[in-house]
Amino acid sequence: MQKAGLRSAVAAVAVAALTVGASAQTIKIGVVNTFSGPQASFGEMIDRAFRLYIKLHADQLPPGVKIEIINRDDGGANPDKARQLAQELVVRDKVDILSGITFTPNAMAIAPIATQAKIPTVLVNAGTSVVVTRSPYYVRSSFTIYQHCVPLGTWAAKTLKKTFILVSDYAPGHDCQEAYTSSYTKAGGEIVGVIRAPVATADFAPFLQRVKDAKPDAMMVFLPAGRTATAMMKGFVDLGLKSSGIKLIGTGDIVPEEELPNIGDEAIGTITMFHYSAAGDRPANKAFVAAWRKEYGDKATPNFAAAASWDGMAMIFDAIKKQNGKLNPEKTVEIMKNFKTDQSPRGTISIDPETRDIVQNEYLRETRRVGGELVNVEIETASVAVKDPWQIMQKDKK
Amino acid sequence: MMHSGGYARGSRIGVLEILPWLVAIAAFFLLPEYLSLGARILIFILFTLSLDLILGYAGIITLGHSVFLGLGAYTAGILSVKAGIHDPFLQLIAGAAIGAGFGAITGAVVLRTKDLTQLMLTLAIAAIMMEVGNKANWLTGGADGLPGVQVNPLFGVFEFDFIGKTGYVYCLVVLFIVWFFVRRMVYSPFGAMLTGIRENTARMHALGAPVYKRLLVVYTISAGIAGIAGVLLTQTTQSVGLNVLSFEIAGDVLVMLILGGVGRIYGAFVGPTVYLIAHDELAKQFPEYWSFGVGFLLLIVVFFARGGILGLIDKISARVRKS
Repeated sequence: MQKAGLRSAVAAVAVAALTVGASAQTIKIGVVNTFSGPQASFGEMIDRAFRLYIKLHADQLPPGVKIEIINRDDGGANPDKARQLAQELVVRDKVDILSGITFTPNAMAIAPIATQAKIPTVLVNAGTSVVVTRSPYYVRSSFTIYQHCVPLGTWAAKTLKKTFILVSDYAPGHDCQEAYTSSYTKAGGEIVGVIRAPVATADFAPFLQRVKDAKPDAMMVFLPAGRTATAMMKGFVDLGLKSSGIKLIGTGDIVPEEELPNIGDEAIGTITMFHYSAAGDRPANKAFVAAWRKEYGDKATPNFAAAASWDGMAMIFDAIKKQNGKLNPEKTVEIMKNFKTDQSPRGTISIDPETRDIVQNEYLRETRRVGGELVNVEIETASVAVKDPWQIMQKDKK
Repeated sequence: MMHSGGYARGSRIGVLEILPWLVAIAAFFLLPEYLSLGARILIFILFTLSLDLILGYAGIITLGHSVFLGLGAYTAGILSVKAGIHDPFLQLIAGAAIGAGFGAITGAVVLRTKDLTQLMLTLAIAAIMMEVGNKANWLTGGADGLPGVQVNPLFGVFEFDFIGKTGYVYCLVVLFIVWFFVRRMVYSPFGAMLTGIRENTARMHALGAPVYKRLLVVYTISAGIAGIAGVLLTQTTQSVGLNVLSFEIAGDVLVMLILGGVGRIYGAFVGPTVYLIAHDELAKQFPEYWSFGVGFLLLIVVFFARGGILGLIDKISARVRKS
């Protein structure tokens, strides 16, 4: 009995010594992410991108440095749960960096923790403009809704004079409506109607009928990616809006890569403004998609969340390399703030040192069938190096 | 068979009843890294306790208890963010009052119905309030929620730190006070009357008991307690989101109560503790599949322990005593 106790004590000390030795070299990244519930696909995309990047770039880390990812599930937009998880990751698991964070409310709730505990946090999805201002330790690698909807308005005003707006009735939807309206009307376009549909809408027929009666040149749509958007696409064709010549335009959320097979040919001809398409023909993107398919199977296609997470991990790697594996929170944020690469699947991207927000190109895409597969073909780079227009407007207001 | 309430059993505080408090105090010193989970458990105990009062003792069926939690949570959030009132006790009192007030108003309607109609009404009220919370953007922040809630230090000294020490002790003290109050109530003639209404409403009518009034009183008290739980949730997490009004949280609390044992004060203590710790541990091991584990746990309880975990313990101890 005593002997066994002694032996396990020795073993415990040995294990403790080992972990101490290892932890000096292990960088822990705490990921608060959505792995369960209706939005679980975000969690999978983000996790896959993180792991793939780490796997392919592990040799670039300083010798002896390892990265450990600790995943936690927030189950969707649950700010109190997300905050508790972030707090535990910081206090209990002693993470060096926080990341993930799919939803805006969760990002808002975690901000005070990042600030108080001085944890550099890479936001790889939450897209409401204001989020990044909430903590000096927040850096965003994803996008803002304004980034899509402002260039979309400018582009649309050139050929489409009347627009009917259909958005989901929540903050990102409101963001998109405001952004599109501001640039579109400035360029001479006219908004002939606005519908804010409840987020949980499953049948769009009554809304679409109103759009059809208003006879606009274009219908601009922002809906959360997934089944909702797919239902709208089907209705758009079934009710004859497409055949009556109304152009369907929107953000990339209505034609995400993984939903295209479900939407089918109805999607063809849709014009969207977005920062990433898996069909982009940049060499860096081709390599990214090829690596993705090699790892996760031929049918797998990365989406915008995957691209943002890939670049987010690249930022973390950059900070680790430049500090030789010894992370200092202020220095880490400083390095991330000045991050710039032309090797992103999205093209050239950088972080705006002033706002810690992403600066990237916006691509005008058309959904087409290429070689039997539905893809979002990038037909032009609508706007180069877009800073978040919302931040600029805020500054102008002051 | 339902547990028969407490009136007949005498109201002295037993030795076993001190146990939960000892555990909670020990947890504060032994598990300093788990305090934010601890505070969450204490808050859900309070919330479950409020549901137990109406469901377990008075037999009122509800799927919309989240309304009162949400009202309390938003009251604290709106007071702090929109009105600049950061005093924790003022927020607490306001949350309780608004929860109770709304409980009295909706109770006046809901309690005139029974069974399925009652269930549907509570569900409908919850759905309406959820949509109100979503639409009243200027007040509630809509789907973005209300971040940046500030709470003054307790008594001007103890700040709500992010490690959660103050939050934990604060929640524990509030829970203790509410528990003491609920316990007194359950062991009073009023509590006995509630049990009577649950077991045989017609007979209580025949005895001349003011059934509807009694139900309305307990519904109001329960709503007030749920409001307090909501305030605590906002104060410890310093943010409010629409999820506090969701159907999901109303379902969760029902599951916690069934897991612990319906119609007994300590079922509300055991249920949330087991559920939230199981959730936390499973979600850590299997971020994608944890809900399977929680579902499995519930199946086991429903099949093998009808009276919840406490019911199971009762059965086992009864068998041990016999043999």
